[in-house]
Parts: sequence; C-alpha cells; structure tokens
Amino acid sequence: MSQSDESPLKRNPISESSEWSFELIEEYDRAIADIAAEYKLDTYPNQIEVISSEQMMDAYASVGMPLGYHHWSYGKQFLNIEQSYNRGQMGLAYEIVINSNPCIAYLMEENTMTMQALVIAHACYGHNSFFKGNYLFQTWTDADSIIDYLLFAKNYIAQCESRYGIDEVEALLDSCHALMNYGVDRYKRPYPISAEEEQQRQQEREEYLQKQVNDLWRTIPGQHNDKTIDEDFQFPEEPQENLLYFIEKNAPLLESWQREIVRIVRKIAQYFYPQRQTQVMNEGWATFWHYTLLNTMYDRGLVTEGFIFEFLQSHTSVVYQPPFDSPHYSGINPYTLGFSMMTDLRRICEKPTDEDKRWFPDIAGSDWLETLHFAMQNFKDESFILQYLSPKVMRDLKLFCILDDDKQREIEVKAIHDESGYQKVREELAGQYNLGNREPNIQVYRVDIRGDRSLTLQHVQHNRKPLADSTAEVLKHVHRLWGFDVHLNSVQDDQITASYHCPPKPERSAEDLELALPVVG
Amino acid sequence: MSYIIDRRLNSKNKSTVNRQRFLRRYRKHIQKAVSDAVTQRSITDIDKGEKIGIPSKDISEPTFHHGQGGRNSNVHPGNKEFVTGDRIPRPSGGGGGGSGSGASDKGEGMDEFVFQITQDEFLDFMFEDLELPNLVKRQLSGDEEFKTRRAGISNEGSPGRINIVRSLKSANARRIALTGGKRKKIKKLEQEVAKLEALDPALRDNRKIEHLKEEISSLKNRIKRVPWLDDFDLKYNLHVKDPVPRSKAVMFCLMDVSGSMNQATKDIAKRFFILLYLFLQRNYQHTEVVFIRHHTSAKEVDEQEFFYSRETGGTIVSSALKLMKEILEDRYPVSEWNIYGAQASDGDNWNDDSSTCSKLLMQELLPKLQYYSYIEITPRDHQALWEEYEEVQANFGDVFAMQQIVEISDIYPVFRELFQKKTV
Repeated sequence: MSQSDESPLKRNPISESSEWSFELIEEYDRAIADIAAEYKLDTYPNQIEVISSEQMMDAYASVGMPLGYHHWSYGKQFLNIEQSYNRGQMGLAYEIVINSNPCIAYLMEENTMTMQALVIAHACYGHNSFFKGNYLFQTWTDADSIIDYLLFAKNYIAQCESRYGIDEVEALLDSCHALMNYGVDRYKRPYPISAEEEQQRQQEREEYLQKQVNDLWRTIPGQHNDKTIDEDFQFPEEPQENLLYFIEKNAPLLESWQREIVRIVRKIAQYFYPQRQTQVMNEGWATFWHYTLLNTMYDRGLVTEGFIFEFLQSHTSVVYQPPFDSPHYSGINPYTLGFSMMTDLRRICEKPTDEDKRWFPDIAGSDWLETLHFAMQNFKDESFILQYLSPKVMRDLKLFCILDDDKQREIEVKAIHDESGYQKVREELAGQYNLGNREPNIQVYRVDIRGDRSLTLQHVQHNRKPLADSTAEVLKHVHRLWGFDVHLNSVQDDQITASYHCPPKPERSAEDLELALPVVG
Repeated sequence: MSYIIDRRLNSKNKSTVNRQRFLRRYRKHIQKAVSDAVTQRSITDIDKGEKIGIPSKDISEPTFHHGQGGRNSNVHPGNKEFVTGDRIPRPSGGGGGGSGSGASDKGEGMDEFVFQITQDEFLDFMFEDLELPNLVKRQLSGDEEFKTRRAGISNEGSPGRINIVRSLKSANARRIALTGGKRKKIKKLEQEVAKLEALDPALRDNRKIEHLKEEISSLKNRIKRVPWLDDFDLKYNLHVKDPVPRSKAVMFCLMDVSGSMNQATKDIAKRFFILLYLFLQRNYQHTEVVFIRHHTSAKEVDEQEFFYSRETGGTIVSSALKLMKEILEDRYPVSEWNIYGAQASDGDNWNDDSSTCSKLLMQELLPKLQYYSYIEITPRDHQALWEEYEEVQANFGDVFAMQQIVEISDIYPVFRELFQKKTV
C-alpha cells in the first residue's frame, strides 16, 4: 500500500468497467499496437472480428479455417464441441487466429474488456508477429493467398459433389484425411499457392497429369528396344515421403477431379505443417507478449488494478502445468513450457547468473529483445528447446526423463533436473517435439509397375516402436486411392517385423496374376 | 493497422452443413437410437430432442501412429522424489508410458461419441420415409396461401414497383413525339441562317438573320419546356396473386374407451395416436384431425379430452363409425378433402355389432376414404371384430390396413409399417 502511495504514477486508464465497446477495443488496440511497435513486433495488418459463442464453435470445429469445404468430420468435431460446451466441461478457446494477410483474429462477444485486450495482445500481436517472422511460416505458407485458396478448394469440392455425388467425394476425402499427415514435403519448399493460378491451370494440369500417369502405366512396348533398362527400372527410384503427392501423380485409376481433391488436401496439410512444428514456440511467444504488453500498459497507468488482476488470473490458469501424477495431467502444457522459456531467455540476457554464463556464453548479457527476436525467427520447437532450454527452467518445471522399454520389467528414471541430467533431459524433450519421431516414418517404397501394380510402403521403425491397431484401417484408405493391392512392411534393422496387406493377403493364385495383366492388342 | 469488424450478425450456423453430413453418414445409428427412444419415453416428452450415442470405433478417423511397445523415453514435469537410476514398476494404463504417442491416442478412453439432436431432427428421423397414403386430391382454395407472380406492366402501382427502364423508354418516346416537329423546323431555320450568313457581307440581310435566330431560340425554349419525365410515363411492374393449390386432409382418430380397455391398453392407444398426431402435424400443414372416442355411444372431443379424460362403459364400435360418417357428410365434402381414418381398440365388441361395423365401413366409409388403419391392442386371441375386418381387408386391400399391437415396443414398428412410403 505504502509503496503505491509514494509512487508518483497517476493512473489514467482507458476504461474502468469490464464492459467492452467497439470504441474501447479500438483504443486498446491502438495502445497495444504502440507498445508492440516499441518492442519491434512486426505484424501483418490485423482484422479483428467480434463473434458470438456459437460462431466461435463453428470456427473451432473447422479447425481454424475461416472457410472450409464440407465434410462430416467437421460436423463430428462440431457436435463434440457443442456437447462439451453445453455441459460446461469445456470453456471455449479465448481466441482463434488465422495465419493470413491480413491476420484474422476472433474475439468472443461474451468476454470482458480485459479478456478482449488479452486476446488482442496475444493473437493480434503475439501470434501475428510469429506468423510473419518465423522462418518455417515464411518458407512453407503463403499468408497472402490462403483465404483465396480455401475458397477455391471449397467451391471446387462443392462442384465435384454436385457432379459426382456427395458419397463419392466424401469417401475420397475420408481417404485423403487418413493420409493428411503424410501429405507434406518435409524438406522441399513448396510452390506458393495462388487460387487464381490454381483455377487457371487446373484444366491444363488435369490433362497433363493424366498424360503423365498414362505414360507410366503404358503397357504397349515402345518403338525402341530399351528392354534391358526396363528390367532394372525401379519405381520410385528413391523412397517417397509424401504419400499424397505420390498418389496424386501416380495412382493409376484416379480421375483428374480426384487427383485435384488429393492435391487440395495435400496443400492444406502443408499449410498447417509449420503450426504443428512450432506449437511451443508459437504459444510461448504469444503468451510472453500478452504478458509483457499488458504489464507495460499497467506500468504506464493505462489500465486499472482490477484489469490487471483479472488478466493475471486468467494468465496464470493458462500457464498452469499440472504435475505428472495429477489427474489433470495430459502431457506438457505448451503454453507453460514456451512462456517459461521465453521469460527465462529474457532473464538470461538481463540478469545472467554464473550458470547462465557457462551454458549460454553467447547470449548471457546480450540485448534481450534482439535475442528473443532471433530465437523466434530461426527455430522450430525441436531446435528451440535444444538450443535454449535452460537448467533453471528444467528445475522450475522439475522435468525428469523416464525410459519405458518393453523389454524391461520396470521403467527407469534416466535423468532428472540435476547437473548430470540437464543435457539428457533437454535432448529427450527436444526429441519429443520432433515430428519425425512422433509419427511413424512411412514412405512409398516400391510400385510393381510391370506386374500386379501393387504399391508397397515401408515403415522404418524408430526405437522398435510398432504401428498401432488402426494401421489396417488406414491401409484400406490407401487401397481406395491406389486402386490396386497395397502392402506395408514394418522394418527394424533391415528385418521385416510386421506386414500389413490390403486386401488381406491370401496365398496368391495364378488366376489373380492373370487378371492383373492387361491384355495387349 | 487494425480493422475491427462486427461479425455477430453473420449467420452463426456455418457448421450446419457439416453437421447434416454427419447425421447423414450415421443415419442408421441415429435411427436405431430414435426408435429405442420412442418406445422408452413417456408420452408427454415423446417429441423432445434426443441424446444419441455412437460407438467411438465406428466414427474414428484412422491415421498411422505408433502403438504401445518399443523403447519410449519421455520427459514429464513435476518430479518429486525420483533420482536418476530409479526403477519404478510400470503403472497400469500406461500413464507414464504412452505420451510419446499421446498426441494421437486422445480419442481413446471414451467408448461412445455422444451428441444431442434437436427436436426437429428427432422428428425427422422418427417419421422418415413415412407418408399419408393416397394423398391425391388437390383443391384450389382461394383464401389462405398465395404466390405472387409477375404479370407484365401496368400504368398504376406503388412507387416501390416502378419499372425504370420502361418508364424512361416511354418518357423518351413522348419527348420525341412532342419535339420532333419543332426540331425539324429548327433544322430548316438553321440551314436558312447558314445560307444567309454564307453570302457576301454586303448582301447579307442582317435583320432577317436576327429574326430567324429569334425564332430558333423560341423554338428551343419550347422544346426545353417539354418535361423530361411526366406522370403518365411511369410504368409499374404488375404482380398478381395466385392461390396456391394444396392438399387438404382430415384424419379421424377413433378410440375405444370402454370398460374392457384397461389403463395399459389405453396408454398404448394413446401413444399410437400421439405418434400419429405428431406425424400429421409435422408432415402436412393443412391437415385437420377429428377425435372420436366411444364406448356404447360415440362423442367428438378435443385433443385434450381425447387423450386425458376417463370414461368407461360397454362397447359398440359402430357408434363411432356412424358418428364419423355423420361428421364426414356434414363438414368434409369428399370432393375437397382427403380423408383418413385410424381406429384403436382391444377387439371387444357387442357380438352382433361387428358385422354392422364391417358393413358400414365397406358400404359407407371406405369408398370415400383414402386410407383406414385399424390397430388392435390385445395379447389375446382375436374376436369377432378382427374377423369381420379381415374380410374388409380382403375387399379393400389398397385402402384398409390392420395390425396387432401387444406391447409398447410394438407401437413404433407397427406405425412405420402402416405408413411406410410406397414406391410407385
């Protein structure tokens, strides 16, 4: 009390009550924007949309796409959300923000002014600047054209539905969705998408694609005698990681509109790929900035005590990390981890301890703003943790690493937050955010182009982890897209440990072989 | 730079189509849940929405992911007592183990996907594929529903209906007609002036030129005075109202409330009629319902009384049929109405009355009716009435149907059978 009496700061808050109005939102936004600019946050223009809770459920159900094509799975998502929301099991997300230019953020009308300001700081300046600055988003997504592309996709799929029937399109989408995570190029930069070009070139592409496919599957012998080459010819020459791309280009039986839909799902998967790789960083960055921006507002007397208390209350619940033995525990909270790391980075720069100087000689004592921006721009979750997870954060969160080996009877504590364990914990945690470890590594291995046209996939096991029960189901979807037999071999140290087949494999008879051979002449 | 947009007035049902797609895909599951619900519910909330559960495995969307097993190492927060090298027995349920695959496992643990369908959707599913049979007569009745259609152009109308193109066209025509002569004259005069002015200055008759010019300007003034748009230029789109042809149907609900009908049978009958009543209200906006209850004598009652008041006595079924015939002749001319009848009883009747009933039906009623259904609610053997009605069915198979109900759970299937949509 006495301290605040002494301080000469005169509060001149923008608003006193918790009610919001459009004028107030504008004013808060302006104030936050000014402070954000001081911190050198570079953003796309913001488009702030005020919506009702029903609309929020809609937005939520369409996985954050402002306009999506129709599919039953989004309906399922919606029913699920509606059900848990109505039962009060779940609050709605504060915010949804879309990586587009302008950056679209939704505010819910039920929220108080404080919450609106929190969302503006979090989404419109935190996430927005991350979308604009992070290298993954810069290389893999195209904020300028995503909305147009989604619109194109929606219309195209609606057209297909009216032409070929809802069931047909739905089945195709089901199959594509099953492989969505295998529809991304992990290392190659994709061409930027542009709805206009897509539309323009779509016809050309249809013809071209079909021709390519026809070439591959041509069974009439060519003019020149290159039979010797043919027999050695393996297809594909290298294993292919992008299953959907491979199917789009090479599946023998798909019609061109079906290839186009495969392509649409693939493009959308690619658009979301960076988000899946930067969850901790993205949320950590946004949380760090809403915390910093709103506290700066408070320091300047722009908001009331009540405002800052309400804000802190919801901030604290956002960054709460239940311990591993709590019934609420469901893995590491990306908000907590990201926020702790960002905050700690600032601390290392501003008030480095001896330990920090040993661990982070390059950044201890450097300009915090510059360091933070550098980290935001040049890393993804895996590398960010590997680079910046400090002993202090490990101690604060009491991180420990356990090894669960199905060959051992007991699980083992490999490392904890102590001097000998820091490195290990950090590596393991980073590995946990490597999508390559999280998802089974499955690639297109062989296509029997001169034989039964079967497609063989290969799963290279990581730490002997087997595939889950759903594999056979997914294979059915692959089979639907490919049109001929599909095999999947799970390989550990060059040994096939499990095989899946669709259709399930009986011993093949001579009849089947005959059927698969095309009649020439 | 921020734009703030109020989107609250935009439609909020962006997910409607997706939701419908979902319901469409799981139609069978939902139908089963609905039919279970119809049997189990109490009468008063038979038309509420319903919670539907579908086994999770039926609606899962499979993806490739890791299963249990192999070598997993995971980092967890909140260490309390562990130190490096501790060995812990494996917890059941994989709490410590599976978080490497945790992201993809999240659908598990819930056996059923539960969601709510609305009352409308519930009724949709309940009455799907059902119809009132033989709904054929359409009647032009001029007083209730209209459709407006365009009927050309008129000279009178309200300002909101002005046809701008036609109005301007007619104004243009009027202006040309009114000014054409004058323009011709002006042209002639101007030529004359030009001719005069072309002469050598010495020969020019300046006074005449001036005179001509005056005349020209006075003509031009008169042209100007012709109004650009006049009252009688205005043309209006003409809309006329056409009465919409629609089908009218009346449904007669006949129920036995005699002493032989115990509470349970009445309850079943009530359920059947409620189902029927909901079906009619839902599918046919212009359907009237007449409730007739009978014991030894029949009485027309309102809905409330039909379902909820008590009465007892002997049974003379033909009294109800007679009353139905009277009401029919009195209020529902056959030429205008599609007429349906539904009768519920336990099969008891005065012995000699049953043949009267079948005669009444065959001679008086069925020729006028679109459809007549009879349900007999009894676990016992059939009596005279059923046998008589079997004969009716043999003669009027198209328009007469009968079914037996023993338990509450029979109601919905029987109902569906009676009103099944017939493919032509």
